[in-house]
Amino acid sequence: MAIAEPPVVQAEPPPPPTRRSARAITWARRRRAVAAHWRVYRRNRQGMWGLAILLIFIALALAAPLLVDERRLEPAFSTGIPFQPPSADAWLGTDKFGRSMVDLLVYGARISLLVGFTATVGTMLIGSVVGIAAGYYGGRIDALLNAFTNWFLVLPWIVLAIVLASLLGATLFNIILVIAITSWAGTARLVRAQTLTVKERPYVERARALGAGDWHLITRHILPNVFPVIFANTVLTVALSILSETTLSILGLGDPNSVSWGVIIEESFSSGALTAGYWWWLIPPGVCIVLVTLAFTMCGYALDEILNPRLRER
Amino acid sequence: MGSQRYLVRKVLHAIATLLFVVAFNFYLFRIMPGDPITILARSQHLSRADIAEQIANLGLDKPLPQQLLIYLGDTFRGELGVDLRSGAPVSQLIAERLWPTILLVGISTVLSIGFGLLIGIKGAWQRGGLFDTTSLYTSLVFYSMPEGWLGMILIVLFAGLLGWFPAGQYESPADLTGFAHIVDVLNHLFLPCLTLTLGYIGEYAIVMRSSLLEVRGEDFITTARAKGVPDRDVRRRHAVPNALLPTLTLVFYSFGFVLGGAVVIESVFSWPGVGRLTYEAIGELNYPILQGVFLLSSVTVILFNLAADILYGYLDPRIREG
Repeated sequence: MAIAEPPVVQAEPPPPPTRRSARAITWARRRRAVAAHWRVYRRNRQGMWGLAILLIFIALALAAPLLVDERRLEPAFSTGIPFQPPSADAWLGTDKFGRSMVDLLVYGARISLLVGFTATVGTMLIGSVVGIAAGYYGGRIDALLNAFTNWFLVLPWIVLAIVLASLLGATLFNIILVIAITSWAGTARLVRAQTLTVKERPYVERARALGAGDWHLITRHILPNVFPVIFANTVLTVALSILSETTLSILGLGDPNSVSWGVIIEESFSSGALTAGYWWWLIPPGVCIVLVTLAFTMCGYALDEILNPRLRER
Repeated sequence: MGSQRYLVRKVLHAIATLLFVVAFNFYLFRIMPGDPITILARSQHLSRADIAEQIANLGLDKPLPQQLLIYLGDTFRGELGVDLRSGAPVSQLIAERLWPTILLVGISTVLSIGFGLLIGIKGAWQRGGLFDTTSLYTSLVFYSMPEGWLGMILIVLFAGLLGWFPAGQYESPADLTGFAHIVDVLNHLFLPCLTLTLGYIGEYAIVMRSSLLEVRGEDFITTARAKGVPDRDVRRRHAVPNALLPTLTLVFYSFGFVLGGAVVIESVFSWPGVGRLTYEAIGELNYPILQGVFLLSSVTVILFNLAADILYGYLDPRIREG
């Protein structure tokens, strides 16, 4: 039987040993580093508990539109009976507009986490720019920025936040802005200190001798080495930002149109839930805040133990 | 010689910071939306003549640099403007409200430091033990709690359900004098004080614990043990005094910030202190009061930081020389 000979395929010449780009090598190294850190992190019970709690809340916040009809949160469209204790219909009772507490809490997770994350991004952005500029350029720039940072460290944050929030007006964006403005100084100091040590390392000097500019040095050498140190701090900052938002909301400076957990607490307080005994309106949002803050703090401590070389020995 | 230069440097630094804060306080209320003239004009409590007088007094009709000079002069004379609602001087209003805040904040700070340090010492000395684990997690939970919410829970529990303590205010409406009055005030003080104490205890405990853990690994502790010093004395005479140093600094640094922390608690408990004054000023944008409180709390922080620096330099010669 004649089987048609398969057409002779010209075997491709083996690819010449390509040189991997420097970037590919860097990323491969970073992937390995992250994997190695993850193996250490996974053994940290505290950190894993924190991570688990966080993932649940983040999933809840992301899935909120699928779980809850957003229109039911509009006071005008709410069909429930106000001030109902927990029942089969509303597992955690209802608030003064008859909105289900479960619905409110699920959407509250969205707002509170959003504020926590974006305020942290703002804090880190301002803190990193100021800290790196001060540490990297040194001299007069450092003196000026450092003095500025130290001044901001002594401003009593809550009073400053109250003043800013009441002058700017209570919108979600302003609250995020206020939190970022009042909390960047600690990060800046941390970043500056780390930049100062990284700057003196031989490879930075070598890169500079090879003609690397400031931008290249900062983005390729300083930033990647500062990042691990501030990462743990970042996670702790999210916890603080959520607490700050709650504090501002309790003082009546929250955005009434975006019902965060803090706003729920304020509404229950100002509607007399304490004297009327509407515990289901007051307790659950606070418990959510405690859980999320605790989770972020636990993750932050675990990361600090892994990433902070000073603590690693112990 | 070195210590004198250290002192001078710290004092100069404090003065520079003070100047920055005063200037910041000035510009903050003029750069932000809602300039003073608009806010003054919107006041429903001041008469037209009062407003005109305020504008002239504060020099609001003059250029900014001149306004700054007027503001600086007024501030150093202790004139902080007038309350937009009653027309009373802000400095007088703040002075009236100062005592309840000092009482509340002072007692709860002392209590939280005392308990916090004891818990931290005991925990670190039996690291990983039942007490250590329990106290560490309890501290973390209280640290993660919004203070205002904790206060509300305590009100529901102790004032609502149990009825042991009043839910707020400084004293009962009844006219009490002498010892009965003191007991009445203490009765009202209990819940806000408990809230603040619980809120701060964790931080002190955690810092003291980690500081003592660090000291425990040092060579001189090993030496002391090798000499045969009993465990109790190693702790009391060798470890704790050295671990107290960083904690003490934290105590002083945080002393300055407690005034701010009182804002929420005083609002929740209707405690008539400076914090409550601030809370009342938020809604109506009573900016002279906000400005006054901001100045007062910044000055407190700066003074306590200076005290901490001096104390630290006194206790730790390495700092002074360096």
